[in-house]
Amino acid sequence: MTSPLEGVRVVEFGWAAAGPLVGTYLASHGADVIHVESGTILDPFRSTYPPFKDNQPGPDRAAMFSFYNAGKRGVTLDLKHPRAVELALRLVQTADVVIESFPAGTLARRGLGFDVLRAAKPDLVILSSCNQGQTGPHAQHPGYGSQLTALAGFTHLLGDPERTPVILYGPYIDYIAVGYGVIAILAALDRRARTGQGCHIDLSQYETGLQFVAPALLEHDANGTIPTRDANRDRIAVPHGVYPTSEPDSWIALSVWDDAEWPRFREALGDPDWARDPSLATAAGRRAREAWLDEHIAEWSRRQPRASAVSRLRTHGLRAAPVESIGELFRDPQLLHRAAWRRASHPVIGDVRLMAAPYLLSDAHQGPDRPGPILGQHTEEVFRGIVGLAPSEYEALAAEGVFK
Amino acid sequence: MLDGLRVVELVGSDIWGAAAVAHCGRTLADLGADVVKAEPPEGDPVRRVPPHAGDRADPDRGLMWIALNANKRSVVIGPRDTAQRDALVERADVVLQPALAVDPARAPSRCVLVTITPYGTTGPLAGTPASDLEVTAASGSLWLAGEPGGAPVRTTLPQSPFWAGMHAAAGALLALFARRTSGRGRHVDVSGQQSMVTVHPPAAVFADVAREEHMRLGPNLLGRSIVGARFRNIWPCADGHVSFAIQGGPIGRHTGRMLATWMGERGFDAPRFRGIDWDTFDNRTLSQADVDALEAEVDGFLRTLTKREFFAGCIARNMLGYPVADAADIYADEQLKARAFWQDVSIDGTTLSFPGGFALFDGERPKVTRRPPLLGEHQREVLGAVTA
Repeated sequence: MTSPLEGVRVVEFGWAAAGPLVGTYLASHGADVIHVESGTILDPFRSTYPPFKDNQPGPDRAAMFSFYNAGKRGVTLDLKHPRAVELALRLVQTADVVIESFPAGTLARRGLGFDVLRAAKPDLVILSSCNQGQTGPHAQHPGYGSQLTALAGFTHLLGDPERTPVILYGPYIDYIAVGYGVIAILAALDRRARTGQGCHIDLSQYETGLQFVAPALLEHDANGTIPTRDANRDRIAVPHGVYPTSEPDSWIALSVWDDAEWPRFREALGDPDWARDPSLATAAGRRAREAWLDEHIAEWSRRQPRASAVSRLRTHGLRAAPVESIGELFRDPQLLHRAAWRRASHPVIGDVRLMAAPYLLSDAHQGPDRPGPILGQHTEEVFRGIVGLAPSEYEALAAEGVFK
Repeated sequence: MLDGLRVVELVGSDIWGAAAVAHCGRTLADLGADVVKAEPPEGDPVRRVPPHAGDRADPDRGLMWIALNANKRSVVIGPRDTAQRDALVERADVVLQPALAVDPARAPSRCVLVTITPYGTTGPLAGTPASDLEVTAASGSLWLAGEPGGAPVRTTLPQSPFWAGMHAAAGALLALFARRTSGRGRHVDVSGQQSMVTVHPPAAVFADVAREEHMRLGPNLLGRSIVGARFRNIWPCADGHVSFAIQGGPIGRHTGRMLATWMGERGFDAPRFRGIDWDTFDNRTLSQADVDALEAEVDGFLRTLTKREFFAGCIARNMLGYPVADAADIYADEQLKARAFWQDVSIDGTTLSFPGGFALFDGERPKVTRRPPLLGEHQREVLGAVTA
């Protein structure tokens, strides 16, 4: 089986999550992705962010870097060295796509502006992904995805209405930017195949996030209201919530979407007396006493092991699911059936899990097949094999410190 | 970008599936594809999702409907109109569906068939119904949000249809790229559950490599410390909340130094925080007690600032930190105005300011050129062309 992007080469300048994970999705579908990094100013995922192998920091012990750069080759190049720009451009000339995710203007200051890249390879597809885009008054502002998630309105929509919002785990918005980055590159490659045109994509991570809150934004614009967090309540389904089970810190999610589902819900709960109240037969009636309803459902759920509560509700054709912990995802039969996790062996960290894309393509090989590279793992292979440096040239440049 | 690409959305009766399909279709439509919705006679169920513009429960005024269906056309295909449906599918490059309405084995050979379901079309949970809440629960995302010890909580605006729809668009484009060489379409089988697994990779890395289970911690975050300390990330301020964290690394240390300076300028008493040597500061090794003591001082200072003051200060000082913005804050944002993000679209006499396309392509932002369609608005022009 082949992969859709076989024969496509991607050169990537970037760090942390939002740029590099785009490359991993492309590598998982057959692209040859070459991650270019500095060996002295390290990617924070190599230097700062745990976990590290045996909790001992070190660039090749950093599990986050390995995960976010799975499936790629890795080279080190000191872009501040006078000979480095020429080498980077020779590498770019062999590529179809360049991904960069530094703050706006960083690559241009290193002599690798978009005009220079496109002069080197006119039909290049270039993705620039940064916090707030390449232009505008905040273009230069550094930021991390966890805080940008707050700026884009997500955090305001999460938690109890009367309390401080809770965090939406991780740099949530970065993964939205990753998804749209993949889409933008694939669309530009499609156009290039038809027209021969390259493309420069200016992707603001902030603006990609706003796509996912568009209904709340339009609600404000149309009705003047400020949409806010409402815990686990829904505007249609009632009941709609998360309830404890008989096991410690164990929860089920369930929802009832219309009045036809309500009698089935009663039946699934064993038709308790409280649920026979005729006023509960309509959504409006249930909504009027939602807190009371939630307490009664929790009384039932607290007596059920999680698995049997879920299976009982599902048997009645209702929507229900266990609240799975992260460790449980590695054993989830449905995710295992879809090969959502890929096992690989990292030379320093050992056995690691990598994440597959959430879509299965028929008749295609999908990765990722290998963990992220250790620092400089493919420098010689790439600069000799692809850029075409003679052994003596490579040695001389290495001695000058270009590949640091 | 995708000029000439023909996409058909087969709309079912389930809200989750219809929303995920609609978001995928919207993404392709923004890129220039011709997207036709094949709606059942009662319309796309997303039309009925509240709230509606002007709080009028009109199927053309639902705000989630409006957000997900601009740039498309609509036809009505009844349950018995299989010939019309087949004709639409036959001429499409991409068909989006929320269930196996079109059997992948019987799809036209060049057709890229994208099926978006809560769990995937095969496996033990194939066919199991779910809404946003259950999909999010089954993905681990719900586990990670909420107060410690309390019930896990979801984002009040459903997110999983967006995630599944976005990934579906990527899968569709991969299959189209493969079709260029093979001439054959593919089945793209998208799982909502698995789409939401892509939302929290650090938690998976910690669970896998460190055997450490990340938990919901209210406004705090884990994953910055090698001694297990948590850091606060959401703080009350004078008129709402802001997002800020005590961080390491070059930018994190710069941020800390700038905040200490800011405290000094305002004469704010914070002996511990202002006493930090930022050249050597390492957040990875701080004990929880150290973190708590520093955060108590930061908390006092942030409460003296408004969201707007905090935002302006972070920009001016090149610090890491943003307000916890609401919809009004976002419409007021100068950066979005400068990048011409908003686009006016007139719907039934009301002009709405739409979020614009997700990226700029050679400086051009994809435009909203069509308001969302009325039910069956393009029946004659689309089906006339198909059956001609």
